[in-house]
Amino acid sequence: MIIRFDKLGVVIAAIVAYAALAAPFATFRANRIVPGQARPILEALPPTLGILLLAIVIAAAIVALLRTPLILRLAASVAALIALAVLIGVAGGFLTPAGNTFARVAPASGFWLLIFAFTLLLADVLTRLNLSPWARVGVLVLATLAIAVLLVSGSWDSLSILKEYASRADSFWAEASKHVTLALGSLAGAVIVGIPLGVLCHRVEKLRAGVLNVLNIIQTIPSIALFGLLIAPLGWVAVHVPGAAAVGIRGIGTAPAFVALFLYSLLPVVANTVVGLAGVPRAANDAARGMGMTDRQRLLDVEFPLAFPVILTGIRIVLVQNIGLATIAALIGGGGFGVFVFQGVGQTAMDLVLLGALPTVALAFAAAIILDAVIEMTATKRRVVETA
Amino acid sequence: MIEIEGITKRYDDTTVVDDVSMVIEPRTIAVIVGTSGSGKTTLLRMINRLVEPTSGVIKLDGADNRSVPAYQLRRSIGYAIQGHGLFPHRTVAQNIATVPLLLGWGRDRIKARVDELMTLYQLDPQAYGPRYPHELSGGQQQRVGVARALAAEPNVLLMDEPFGALDPIIRTKAQEDLLAIQKRFGTTIILVTHDMEEAVHLGDKIAVMDAGKLVQYAKPAEILARPASGFVETLVGASERPFRLLSLGPVRDAVEPGGAEGDAIPGGATQRDALAELLWSGRPALPVKDADGKLLGRVTVEGLVKRAARPQ
Amino acid sequence: MKAWLPALLRLAVLLLLVVFITSPSWFEPLLKPLTENGAPAIYNQGSLLTLTLQHLRTVLVATVAATIVAVALAILVTRPAGVEFLPLSRSLVNIGQTFPPVAVLALAVPAVGFGEKPTLIALFLYGLLPIFENALTALTTLPGNVMEAARGAGMTGWQRLMKVELPLSAPVILGGIRLSVVISLATATIGSTVAAKTLGEVIIAGLISNNPAFVLQGGLIVAALAVLIYDGLSAIERFAARRMGQGAE
Repeated sequence: MIIRFDKLGVVIAAIVAYAALAAPFATFRANRIVPGQARPILEALPPTLGILLLAIVIAAAIVALLRTPLILRLAASVAALIALAVLIGVAGGFLTPAGNTFARVAPASGFWLLIFAFTLLLADVLTRLNLSPWARVGVLVLATLAIAVLLVSGSWDSLSILKEYASRADSFWAEASKHVTLALGSLAGAVIVGIPLGVLCHRVEKLRAGVLNVLNIIQTIPSIALFGLLIAPLGWVAVHVPGAAAVGIRGIGTAPAFVALFLYSLLPVVANTVVGLAGVPRAANDAARGMGMTDRQRLLDVEFPLAFPVILTGIRIVLVQNIGLATIAALIGGGGFGVFVFQGVGQTAMDLVLLGALPTVALAFAAAIILDAVIEMTATKRRVVETA
Repeated sequence: MIEIEGITKRYDDTTVVDDVSMVIEPRTIAVIVGTSGSGKTTLLRMINRLVEPTSGVIKLDGADNRSVPAYQLRRSIGYAIQGHGLFPHRTVAQNIATVPLLLGWGRDRIKARVDELMTLYQLDPQAYGPRYPHELSGGQQQRVGVARALAAEPNVLLMDEPFGALDPIIRTKAQEDLLAIQKRFGTTIILVTHDMEEAVHLGDKIAVMDAGKLVQYAKPAEILARPASGFVETLVGASERPFRLLSLGPVRDAVEPGGAEGDAIPGGATQRDALAELLWSGRPALPVKDADGKLLGRVTVEGLVKRAARPQ
Repeated sequence: MKAWLPALLRLAVLLLLVVFITSPSWFEPLLKPLTENGAPAIYNQGSLLTLTLQHLRTVLVATVAATIVAVALAILVTRPAGVEFLPLSRSLVNIGQTFPPVAVLALAVPAVGFGEKPTLIALFLYGLLPIFENALTALTTLPGNVMEAARGAGMTGWQRLMKVELPLSAPVILGGIRLSVVISLATATIGSTVAAKTLGEVIIAGLISNNPAFVLQGGLIVAALAVLIYDGLSAIERFAARRMGQGAE
């Protein structure tokens, strides 16, 4: 029998071999700012667990390397990821001297590479399984639950990121809610303004090029500049418009960040509304007109439903983009996860950077998966109607 | 000469082409007809090895077509497809020059050949050479597609539904052009179509394919007169048969002595055209004259009806 | 008159930009009203010209690297030997685009330290995605009968790639590069939060010293660069596309 290799498996196995055998698994630092010392798997964990982890990781890599059934590959990648997630917490407890509150243990490059390799394997399996939209959301929910269990159970508490979290738990949730409010609020504003604007641009051809050009140019202004530029006018509004200050409009803080995100969001929403409406088949429009629908009925009953998936795609772009851009708001006192990122950069405390960056990435990722699933569902529903 | 010997192509469990053998004589046109999914295109694509057969051999002038690398083989065989497949980023002249360039011809030779082909296809090299394909009409694009296939003076030209995308008027013209050019260069042509009318009109021999099998391979008159199976009969179309039969022969073959009233019909027209004219004008006979206006005799409804009857 | 108006407008923007970064002091009266308490109206901690050139160099290096890698990868996964990676690479691009640039930048710092390097890495990684995505789209949606004709004409795999596939994909790949450059021009400003020498320095100096004049001039220079480069690349793209009869945009 000839042993056949999986091409992606070769890549994964190579990463795993390097990460497990040559790269550090965890970093130990006497306090949060000094340079760390690298610890390979066998030194970072109690001997039995270290060997167990190596065994699991190598077994999973072999499963990846050979041409094996999808279900086996799925099991291998999930098992390896769970083992890594649980054992990095154990390593934290193992490496931290008892009673020492200054010492920091952080996952090191080997750990991250292993996570990357097995996530790659998992992603490949999930791609090949060609999951339905609901199943993809299901996988997301399962992964979220697993991470939540690990967080709540306290098994990661000895890791440096969570130590950073522990010392600022209150502000973490305050910034989290600000971040989400900024991203979702500006999206809501953009949808409320952008869709009617898009319809208008679709109907009035003279407006189209002008509006889209202006929105395009706004997109090219760097985010930190746009945030900064809004400080002055909003400050003026706060002072001169009665009641503005009372509803929270100020020169610095959330208001300019909100307005900037709103402005950035307009282009994808308007452009996709225009593209979606332009893509409505002429025949459908003609038929609607021929049956005596008014412009309004045609818009609501024919054009909108047909353009909906395209408009949703615009909303997905905006949401993912806003979750990322909201980090910049911290630079002008607007809050959000960016607060930790920039504090961390300022103090060269990378754990703090991660405390801000990881939730941002996770949020954006989750938003993308959910909206992709919704887009696919609306699009397939439309296809079914068309062929019926 | 092209010899196809026991060619079979299987994809997993489905047999697309099933043990087909046929010989195509040099300087003739063989038309492969069949419904979609009959394996006719696959058979054609195995000749220039765009598809590799599961078993069997194809020989070109006695040499196995696997004796040279596939890309070299393809450079020696012309290939024209439906929707022309012109390279949109290259000018008309560059498109036609594709294979000569691959073969490393000299500049002057390429230019001379491109000009020759364009002139042949009634496209002014000065005006059309530098244009891009999208600037041409559908009929012009199709002509450039065939000119490109003929550029490297191939002995064999494969055509896959080359006229499929053309409207009826341009299509007739393209068919006439093809016949003229085949006579001029003496190219062996294998053409795939689903249109029996086209097959009868163009083919020296017709190969009928059904579900991967070669059902009948014969001269058009033979196919019309003695269809090998019910399938071939359906393809020919029972109500069309007599007219197709008439379309095979020129009027001069059906001339009877004597004269007739009214406008004459040229001897080169098909007998089908003559019958149509007789029926339409309500006359019993038409005078026939040859190319230089000399009266040859007449053609009658009665005579043509006899010729349209099933040959015994 | 409509045809030359945009061209004239662009020329004016370009001239204004060049004059502004070479002799910013001429514009002091315009920016002065934005400042308070006698703060300087023109960035005075370095030359705007040098910063602009450094900004452009960073973006150029990152984009060239990203283009080479992205196009090479797209070619690889569309060849028979690499086709196994195609579905996964599509998913990875989708996942990759959800990473905010700031996060990429901040996460690059622990790996390579402060300065220009993390910015280059972030711009490179983030720039890969649109180019790869466009190159992949272009290479997988080539017209079937044209590819068939190329094979039928006896082109080898390499000849098909160089003479047909890449030229036909060029407009769409260029579109990806254009997107990538515009994102990078703006993202590079954030690089200044990790001590890269870019125009972001001007903006951040303005934010720190509460000086809108700095923020405005930094922002406007980047925006003008982005608009001009965007337009320039769009024009090249349209030219390439028009030759192929694909129409503009």
